[in-house]
Amino acid sequence: MSDVFSMNLLEARDALSRGDVSSAELTAAHVKAAEDAQGALNCFTVIDADHALGMAKASDARRAKGEAGVLEGVPLVIKDLFAVKGIETTASSNILKGFKPEYESTVTQNLWDAGAVMVAKSSMDEFAMGSSNETAATGPVVNPWRAKGSDEKLVPGGSSGGSVSALAADIGYGATGTDTGGSIRQPAAFTGLVGVKPTYGRCSRWGVVAFASSLDHPGAFGKTVRDSALLTQVMAGHDPKDSTSYPGAVPDMLSACEKPVKGLRIGVPKEYRMDGMPGEIDTLWAKGVEWLKAQGCEIVDISLPMTKYALPAYYIIAPAEASSNLARYDGMRYGLRVEGEDLIDTYEKTRAAGFGKEVQRRILIGTYVLSAGYYDAYYVKALKVRRRIYEDFQAAFEKVDAILTPTTPSAAFGIGSKSKADPIEMYLNDIFTVTANIAGIPAMSVPAGLDAQGLPLGLQVITRALDEETMFSVAAAIEDAAGFTAKPERWW
Amino acid sequence: MPLDDATYRYTLPGATGEWEIVIGLEVHAQVQSNAKLFSGASTEFGAAPNTHVSLVDAAMPGMLPVINKHCVEQAVKTGLGLNAQINSFSRFDRKNYFYPDLPQGYQISQFQFPIVGEGEIVCERDDGSRFTVGIERLHLEQDAGKSIHDLDPNATYVDLNRSGVALMEIVSKPHVRSPQEAAAYVRTLRTIVRYLDTCGGDMEKGQMRADVNVSVCRPGQYEKFRETGDFKHLGTRCEIKNVNSLRFIMQAIEYEARRQIDIIEEGGKIDQETRLFDANTGVTRAMRSKEEAHDYRYFPDPDLLPLELEESFIENIRVNLPELPEAKRKRFVEVLGLSEYDASVLTADKDRADYFEAVIAGADAKLSANWVNNELFGRLNKEGFSITESPVSPVQLAKLVSLITSNVISGKIAKDVFEIVWAEGGDPEQIVESRGMKQVTDTGAIQKVVDELIAANPEQAEKVKVKPQTLGWFVGQVMKATGGKANPQAVNEILRKKLLDV
Repeated sequence: MSDVFSMNLLEARDALSRGDVSSAELTAAHVKAAEDAQGALNCFTVIDADHALGMAKASDARRAKGEAGVLEGVPLVIKDLFAVKGIETTASSNILKGFKPEYESTVTQNLWDAGAVMVAKSSMDEFAMGSSNETAATGPVVNPWRAKGSDEKLVPGGSSGGSVSALAADIGYGATGTDTGGSIRQPAAFTGLVGVKPTYGRCSRWGVVAFASSLDHPGAFGKTVRDSALLTQVMAGHDPKDSTSYPGAVPDMLSACEKPVKGLRIGVPKEYRMDGMPGEIDTLWAKGVEWLKAQGCEIVDISLPMTKYALPAYYIIAPAEASSNLARYDGMRYGLRVEGEDLIDTYEKTRAAGFGKEVQRRILIGTYVLSAGYYDAYYVKALKVRRRIYEDFQAAFEKVDAILTPTTPSAAFGIGSKSKADPIEMYLNDIFTVTANIAGIPAMSVPAGLDAQGLPLGLQVITRALDEETMFSVAAAIEDAAGFTAKPERWW
Repeated sequence: MPLDDATYRYTLPGATGEWEIVIGLEVHAQVQSNAKLFSGASTEFGAAPNTHVSLVDAAMPGMLPVINKHCVEQAVKTGLGLNAQINSFSRFDRKNYFYPDLPQGYQISQFQFPIVGEGEIVCERDDGSRFTVGIERLHLEQDAGKSIHDLDPNATYVDLNRSGVALMEIVSKPHVRSPQEAAAYVRTLRTIVRYLDTCGGDMEKGQMRADVNVSVCRPGQYEKFRETGDFKHLGTRCEIKNVNSLRFIMQAIEYEARRQIDIIEEGGKIDQETRLFDANTGVTRAMRSKEEAHDYRYFPDPDLLPLELEESFIENIRVNLPELPEAKRKRFVEVLGLSEYDASVLTADKDRADYFEAVIAGADAKLSANWVNNELFGRLNKEGFSITESPVSPVQLAKLVSLITSNVISGKIAKDVFEIVWAEGGDPEQIVESRGMKQVTDTGAIQKVVDELIAANPEQAEKVKVKPQTLGWFVGQVMKATGGKANPQAVNEILRKKLLDV
């Protein structure tokens, strides 16, 4: 049992199916690990040992009856944006404090139907708004990774920071996340994990607390590309309860990891080479190109000219949708309510107390850009940019099968280090990831190396809509070549 | 009967001259559907508060709308019934505002791209003359819940049963010119949607309600507006929200027009504003001014795909469309030979038209129309029954009418038979047979009665010879003696022959 934590998901699944360990044993160990780490990492919103063990025992009973699913007994961490029936679901916001949904999100239901077990719910930037997981109502989440020779606390990235901190600390064998502008891929890159954002519509949004509906993508974290492929394919599938859910069949993503990449054309977009980007990121990107070339890929220089407009467009569309999506948190039916003198006062007091600063900022931006007189100049224009970005990718995918870029312009940074800065500096974290959300196409981050300070960096693979298979093939090829095995040194 | 009477003018006197009214209506019609527009919750009326509320209707976190296809069909059907353009592309937008009975904080509606575009309907005034009203658009939207302010002095209760119920907002062009026309327009809309079975049309149950836009102008201005389409020729309008009966619509317009005229004539200016009609006092009062108007921040709902309708989908609805009131009225006049009046009365309500058509499946149309319109409707009104509650079935009435046309009974006896069927039920033919109510056409028998009467009343008989119009006295006596069963025509003939020798 001593090395149960070092296993990856597929290994844990095999150990369970061989009977080396029961789900109850495994889950109890992970719950204990979660409780032990919580003080230092602050990465969970709920650790419910009884709930976890109840699920684990039910899983063991299913296995005993010969009814094991593909994730039978495997402990997972669930981002607090997913509604889990009977378990407090807050999106890390005070406004949903105490809210226990009477329903289960489609994605988590798919995981439970496959036999998975929930260890804990993970913290996140409030309503998934942030790139550092410093905006959670329960305080900043701490990255298990530290720079060499430093004890400065680093951010895990965001918004799915709790999920990656937990997984990087070997708690759970996989985790769910959501990615609206990079919230899966950026934290994965910051913590040496694999983070997958599938095609828009591949994973149902039903039961996932909405941030920006047209950009929100549920997805998965794994310690390996194959782990993340299996998780993604279990989470995915058509859901009639989500009108934007893709009705076609889910491809075999796990098998795609074994497919050779020889002959694939890999695009390298020149617009992703930013001024002021650390040299080691450029170097790593060049390494990634070499790894793929060595495996028989053809490297093609491409141009995605609209890239520079992606972030401004995103910061119009996402807040606009958020300002409307978050209108339901009014203190009338559930969650926080602060009584005021009259209705308007109650609304104002409730929302002032319930929403943190960043959420309030985005509601204000969104309300502004949708206002009469500004709508055309901002929102309509942003939608036009969105269309052009999509066309950029379409044109590129006539020449290439996948696009390779860095995931982030930097490695993990210190908690609080950007707190005084212009919020735009934080928004720049999403500069490489946000385009795939705008276009709705699949993209994932693969850990590819460490920077000079010993912090992990990731490479991003982007493919055509619905072509997750090529994405996983390329990601697996990078993983195999990179041989990334680094782990954070345990200090927590 | 004047069609599209262009000379119709409704004017209001003022201290400075005559005024005219220009009215446009936005009618909210609840879509006839068992489930709500975007959730599977029931739309049943009168359920206990908050018992028909799904997770979507209550706007729980992470819930998503899914369009109810039946509601889309109903909207298309209604659009076709309004002779309107059906848009193969339409889209749902969010209309954002805060209110406790609006759980999502936005209403899903169609702002920029409605499902139905321009159309027109023919309406009928009280005097039978007709006028045409242009339809601007019809769009689908969600209803809000209901705020109940009078259960507690310090709190408002919210019932979400209506939250998410599908509504069709039918927007007219400003082609309505008087309170009576406004009522006629809404009545016609109601008839059409009831024929189509796309809305129950019951204003008392809130299935239909209207926002009424009213402005006043000088004679001649409206015509300029119609020629140019330029609203500058019209006065500033005020919108009276949520008026829920025909009577209130008329009252609200009358009050509002007079209010506006008074302001203008006293040198004031009309502020464009939203007003509420108070049914208790009959006045409208300001709700919010243009400056206070909400900025609804409409934008396309990212949770829903645009509605793209196949031509075959629309065609399939079109070919299965029932006959509409206007077409039915024409047919009743032109094919069945009914009077304009009878045809209008019979087609004004779908249930009445259905009843009538069931009767004429087995009886003469014109006589049936008389019987349905006069005897049956008269009796139903007296008892407070609707046509669907009629104790006399169409088959019974058809048999009764046929007994008249085949001279088995007279119209007078038929009324007795009708009373029996009404009270006791039964087959009119059997009733006539078993109770000996058959008409006597045997001239010998009638002659015998006539002879006896003349013999018994010699002075009266002499009088007839001088004053032939007193013949009726004898007719009455014969009918009395035969218990009303004598064929009146035969009685007349025999009497005339005997007494007047003609």
